[in-house]
Formats: sequence, structure tokens, C-alpha cells
Amino acid sequence: MKRPGRMISEVLRSVLRKPATVLYPRVKVKMPDRFRGKLIFHPDKCVGCRLCMRDCPTDAIQIRKVGDKQFEAEIDMARCICCGQCVDSCLKKALEMTAEFELAQLKRETLKLTYSVEPKGAGAKASDDKPESDSGGEAAEG
Amino acid sequence: MHDRENIRIPIGPQHPALKEPTSFSLALDGERILQAGVRLGYNHRGIEKGCEERTYIQALYLVERICGICSHSHATCFCMAVEEIAGIEVPKRAVYIRTLVAELERVHSHLLWLGVAGHEIGFDTLLMYTWRDRETVMDLLALLTGNRVNYGINTFGGVRRDVNPEQKVAVLKGMDLLEERTKYYITVALEETTLIERLSGVGMLSHDDVLRLGAIGPTGRASDVKRDTRKDDPYAAYGEMPFNVITSDHCDVYGRTLVRVGELMESYKMIRWLVNNLPEGPIAVKFPRKVPAGEAFMRYEAPRGEDVHYVRANGTDRPERVKVRAPTLANVQAVAHMLKDGYLADLPIVVAAIDPCFSCTDRLIAVADAHGLQPGVLTWEQVRRHGIEWYRRRGVDFTRLNSTFRCGESG
Amino acid sequence: MARDLFYMLIFPGFLFLVVFALFAEYVDRKLCAKLQNRVGPPWYQPFADFIKLAAKEDVVPMLADRPMFRFTPIVALTASIASVFYIPIWGHDALFSFNGDVIVVLYLLTIPTLTFFLGGWYSRSVFSMLGAVRSIMQLFAYEVPLYLSILAPALLANTWSLSGMARFYSTHPLYALLNVIGLGVSLVALLGKLERVPFDTPEAETEIVAGSFTEYSGRLLALFRLAISVEMVVGATLLAAVFLPFGLELGAPAAFGLYLVKALVVICLLTLFRTVFARLRIDQMLRFCAQVVAPIAFAQVLIDLVAKRVLAL
Repeated sequence: MKRPGRMISEVLRSVLRKPATVLYPRVKVKMPDRFRGKLIFHPDKCVGCRLCMRDCPTDAIQIRKVGDKQFEAEIDMARCICCGQCVDSCLKKALEMTAEFELAQLKRETLKLTYSVEPKGAGAKASDDKPESDSGGEAAEG
Repeated sequence: MHDRENIRIPIGPQHPALKEPTSFSLALDGERILQAGVRLGYNHRGIEKGCEERTYIQALYLVERICGICSHSHATCFCMAVEEIAGIEVPKRAVYIRTLVAELERVHSHLLWLGVAGHEIGFDTLLMYTWRDRETVMDLLALLTGNRVNYGINTFGGVRRDVNPEQKVAVLKGMDLLEERTKYYITVALEETTLIERLSGVGMLSHDDVLRLGAIGPTGRASDVKRDTRKDDPYAAYGEMPFNVITSDHCDVYGRTLVRVGELMESYKMIRWLVNNLPEGPIAVKFPRKVPAGEAFMRYEAPRGEDVHYVRANGTDRPERVKVRAPTLANVQAVAHMLKDGYLADLPIVVAAIDPCFSCTDRLIAVADAHGLQPGVLTWEQVRRHGIEWYRRRGVDFTRLNSTFRCGESG
Repeated sequence: MARDLFYMLIFPGFLFLVVFALFAEYVDRKLCAKLQNRVGPPWYQPFADFIKLAAKEDVVPMLADRPMFRFTPIVALTASIASVFYIPIWGHDALFSFNGDVIVVLYLLTIPTLTFFLGGWYSRSVFSMLGAVRSIMQLFAYEVPLYLSILAPALLANTWSLSGMARFYSTHPLYALLNVIGLGVSLVALLGKLERVPFDTPEAETEIVAGSFTEYSGRLLALFRLAISVEMVVGATLLAAVFLPFGLELGAPAAFGLYLVKALVVICLLTLFRTVFARLRIDQMLRFCAQVVAPIAFAQVLIDLVAKRVLAL
């Protein structure tokens, strides 16, 4: 039966319902486990095959040799499209995608994350020039 | 410019009615449109050329980003074409997961369309409600694939992520919620007077017009033309899955609304069937880096219509030629016909009714001889120099742009 | 003299109306958001919008007629504010009243629409002219029902003064029930006057960008938007005074408080209409008003005439 204002009952009921808006940034939605966010690199697992560099669609990752069987990775988050192909291509599981998505920076240089290895002895440390440090794992002020 | 009889107004390239830049040049007599001219090409990004310079796996991610809403359509179509050239058979489980994501994408696209149609006719409440419900689908897709748009679930030889039982339960629950909401929208579409008044009799396209102008997808199915690539040329899991093709005989925008809402209900049934009948097995097989020479032509039913990909391989790890024909290119021919003798007030909804996705559509067909350049294939350097010169002639200097990216040189 | 200035500039004139109009805009936007399951803006949003717009530069198009372009928003605001002086707010009596002021109020409320037309026409941009022409066409459609439905209660009360009508209906409260149809008709006509959905083709965002206001920016746009909000409040006040004339003898503060409530109720009804309808095309709107709304308005006038004869008033 055609009548104008068909949605009126639903609309009036909405007044009593909680709004559907998530009040970001006061409230943050938790992303599912598979969410493809920031990329992190484990230098102790890398063997330098550079398959990730070959398969990256945007040339976002560079692997550089810094010592005997030790490699560092520079990931340009401005280029990274978070597709995760490098994670799938790596045979040694040296790359991992986290669920962190708040990656905005004020300067272009701080978008380049360098994950490097300490000279022999101390184990892996990631250095990135982010003004504020958050995210778990190995990020340290660089 | 005015003359006694009519005025000529531009709609676009920037206009609140258009979600993507297109140029309509209308000759108006008061509120009546006498003639409409369409210009495309504002969204051209050189994707086909970009694919030639990248390896297959890199090109897959580029093809996926042709469009945000039909990204999975393009990626799957490309994958299937390359797999056909290489002659690799994809495992059943991967095929079903691809189809599951495809139907979820169709749900997402149609809900988005309902909202956009509501907004174009001034019915903002419908926009808010349908986009709120669309969040359910996007959360499901993020759960399954890892991203809300541009899913990246395809890889050559199968899919990249598997579906586990908790995700299946979440998908079924999401479908129950969405089915109830869609039933409500169907009642609103059938009963709300102002909606029916705005959508009926607008954008008329008869059965013969559809066949003559080549309109496809829900645009054509609303004029009782029963063409659906999923039934005519089954691919993926569609050959084994039972479903109906929804048509309507209204031949106008109202018919397109009914067709899309009907397809939503069919998609919910299909998703439930796929989740309950997911076969066991591996999710991917090994795929060679160098694809043997050959060519393949693949058709796919995107939410907007039939999407066509042509791929030619020459034995290296880069495709030689990729050609994409998006459904909107076929439907946009019908728009100029539908706008004629219509009202200016109907232009937004008529354009929105074909569900335009001009990002998909803008592909370069031929290189014209402009400013002394030889017709034919241009290299990257030539195209870049031509662009810089063009802008310098207009007073904008791009020579100091720090773009040092050279595609294809990383491997 | 000082008293008159107080009335004109502070209360119930400029300052009170501006503050109430911006508050009413907040109520409208917040309620619309709640009806659409959203959060909506905070209470100071309309004030902030006005200040932001007023702080920006006005860009006058090259082809536009500069004096008219800049003058029309001021006229719109002035006419809307001036009309409130004749409407009884705090009891039976308005600030100024004479026999015939209901016609003057209706006329003053027509002036903003004319300024929308002139502002759009003198902008010389295609979208502005389309919006301006639609504005005037819509004027033809809703003016007749609006006038008829407001004048019908005046017929019954045997006076052409709003204060006289208020006094009449306070002494005979039950006669106000005869005008219920008029309330419905004038609500619909008010939607047309304020150019709100379902009658907002003159400013249809998705069709003609912003209609008459396409080329306006900065202070001039701020004045236009304020004029529209004030027109909404004045329209709601008029409806409250004509169709909801109860509680007027309670003494000034209480009657004033009741008036605020009545005006807000009318505004909430307008917001509800905004959320449940789609926009009608101009030809559909003309047909709807001519074939449905105007006959009902005539029926209201007939009811009042018959009642007047029967009750020997």
C-alpha cells in the first residue's frame, strides 16, 4: 500500500537507539587479526634473498647488507600499499604485518622505517624516526 | 552562453551529483534536457600501460586497484585469465572462497548504491541507514581478507587466506542481520510514495534500446533483458551453485532499484550456500613465475555488469598486453539516450542508476597524434616529458618533481 | 525611544531572534541526526558556522551585479526579523498591532523568497539562475495554500490582526479545533517556503549545486543562512500564534515559555518531515500543491465560513 512517510516508525525508533557512530578517536575499533597494517621486519630471520623486493608492487621495501649474513630493511610507508605480498613471498617469515593503521606523520622522511641489526652481539633493534613511540615489539627511538 | 531557445550548462567534471569526474554538456530548455554530450577520460591513470611494465604478481595488485568497489572483480578476472593461459587448475576450495568474497562484494556494492541513489533524490535517511548496514559487510570482509576494500585475497593459483569455522559463523550471522534489513528496504522501495514518484518513469530504456546500445548488468536486466555472465558463461563456483537471475520489466530507474535489491536477496542465499558447502582441500597451488605464451579473454559479472579482461603473455614474467573493458563503458552509451527529453532534476538519479564507476572505465583506446608526437606506442619517458611540457606551456613547472620511481627496475 | 531600540535590537528583535534561530538550527540538526541513527553536531555548531562564514572573504563573481548581489542578503534578514514584531509572543498582544497586520506579516515573509530569486538572478551563473527560477515557481505553488490557511482562522475571529485573533481564541478556546486542517496545510506550505525537503528543489544540492546561493560565500552567505534560520523561527512562531493559541493568559513569563515550547514543537515536526521524504521534482511539487494542498486549504476556509454563519459570530 503506497503511502508517504513509510519510514516514519523506523525513524522515530532510532531516536531511542544508540547512535551507530564510533566516536573515533575517543573510541577505537579493534581491527581483526588478519588486518593488514604496518609492516615490521625481523632482521635475525632474513637471509637476503630479496624475494620481497622482487614481488613488491610499489618498490616500498629495500634490503641492504650491513654485515656478514646480516641485512637491514628500509620500508617506505608512503609507498607501501599494505598488500602483504612480501609477507607471503618471504620464505623465512622475516616480515610480519601488524594491525596498526594510524601511520600518519608530519614529515615525509619519518615515513621511512628502517629495521636494522645491532653490530654483532646484542640482537635485533628497529629504529624509526617516529616522534611518538607506540606499537609493541622492537620499536625504539632512533 | 545563452541564445533565445536554450542554454548550455556543464555538469561536471566537478559536481555534487557525480561521485567521479565526468563531463556532461547539456542543452537545456527551461527544465527539459534537449541533448546531452558525455565526455570521459578524467580518471585515466595509465593502468594498462603500467601492467606491461610490471611482473604478473605486481600487476595483480595494480589491477585490483582499478576501482575500490569492484576491486575483487578486476583481480579475479585477471587471475582467471592468467591461470587459463598457464593452464593451471585452481583447487576447489580456493574457487569457492573467491566466489564467497565476490558475492560479499556484490552485497557491499549494492548497499552502497542504494545509499547513493537515496542521496541523489534527496532522501538522506536512506543513505544513512544503508551505509550503516554496509558496515556489517565491510567488517565481515575485513575479518575474512584483512582489508575493508581492495581485499587482496587472490593470488595466482588460488587464494591467500583460508576461512576458519569462527569466520563462517560470523558470516552467517551477518547474513541474517542484512537479510532482515534488506527486507525492510524492499518494503520502503515498494511503498514510499515520494521514492516511487521520483524513480518511476525516469531514465526509460526499452528492451530494444538495451540491445542496441549494449547496456548490461542491472541496467539492462531492468528492461527484461536476461543477460547475466554468471548464468550465460559460468565461471568460478557459479556453475554448481543454484541461483536466480533477477529481471524486471519496468524499464526505468525504479526497475533498476528493484533488480538490485532482488540481487541482494539472491546474494545472501548464495553466500549461505557457499559457506555451508565449502569443500576441503588446499587453498593454492604453485604457479610459475614465467607464464608461457598465449592469450586469454575472461568475462566476469561485476556488480555493475559484465567486466572483460584480455591478457596476452609472451613467455616472460611480464604480461605483454592487458586490456580491461569495464561495465560502465557499455552503460554510459545509454546515459546520453536516457537523458534526452528528460528533466534536469532527473540527471543525478539517471546517472546514478547505471551505478557509474568511471575509475573502471577510463582506458586509453588509441594514442592520438598530439603536438608532433608520433602515433603508436610511447615510452614512459616520452609520456612523462609530454606531460611536463603540456603543463609548462600553461605556466606550471613540474621539472623539479622528486619522482624517482622507475617501474620495473627493482627485480 | 530607548525602549523602541531595545525592542528592535535586543528583544524580541535582532539579538533574541538570532540566538533563537541558531539554537533552533541546532535542534533541527541534532534531531535529524538522532532520527538517522547518528550523533549530530554539538550545541555551539550553528554559532561556530556563522562566525566562520562571517570571517571569510566574500567573493563576488565578475559578471554579477555587485550592488544587488551584496544587498539581497541584508534585505532577506531584515524582512524576516521585522515580521516578528507583529506576532504575539508573550500573551495576547504583540509589540505593534493594527487591523491588517496578519497580511503584513505574510507579505514580509514573502520578501526573503524574492531576495533568493534576485540574489540568484543577479549572480549571473547558470546554476544560480536555475535555482532562482525554481524558487519563484515554487512560490506560486505554496503561497495560495499558506495564505488561505492562515487567513481562515482570521475569518472566524472576525479580525485581521494577530493580536485580535489571539484574544478571540483565548476566550473561545474550542474554536481553535476547527482549524486543525489549516495547521496541517500550513505546515506543508511552510516546508515550501523554507525550501526544505521534500520541497527543496530550489537548492537541490545534487542537481544544481546550491541553487541561488551557489556564488555566495563569506559574510553574504552567512547572512543568507541566518535569514533562512530566522525565517524558520518566525514561521514556527506564526503557526504557533495562529493555530496553537492556548495558555496565553498565564502572564508574560509563563506564556513566553510556552511559546518557546510551541515553536520548538513546530520545528521538530519540520525536521521529521525532512527525514522521511525524498525530494519532489518541481513539476511534481506544483502538481501536488495545486491538486491536493490548495483544495484542502479551500476546504478549511469553507469550514470557517460555515462555522462563522452557524455560530452567528
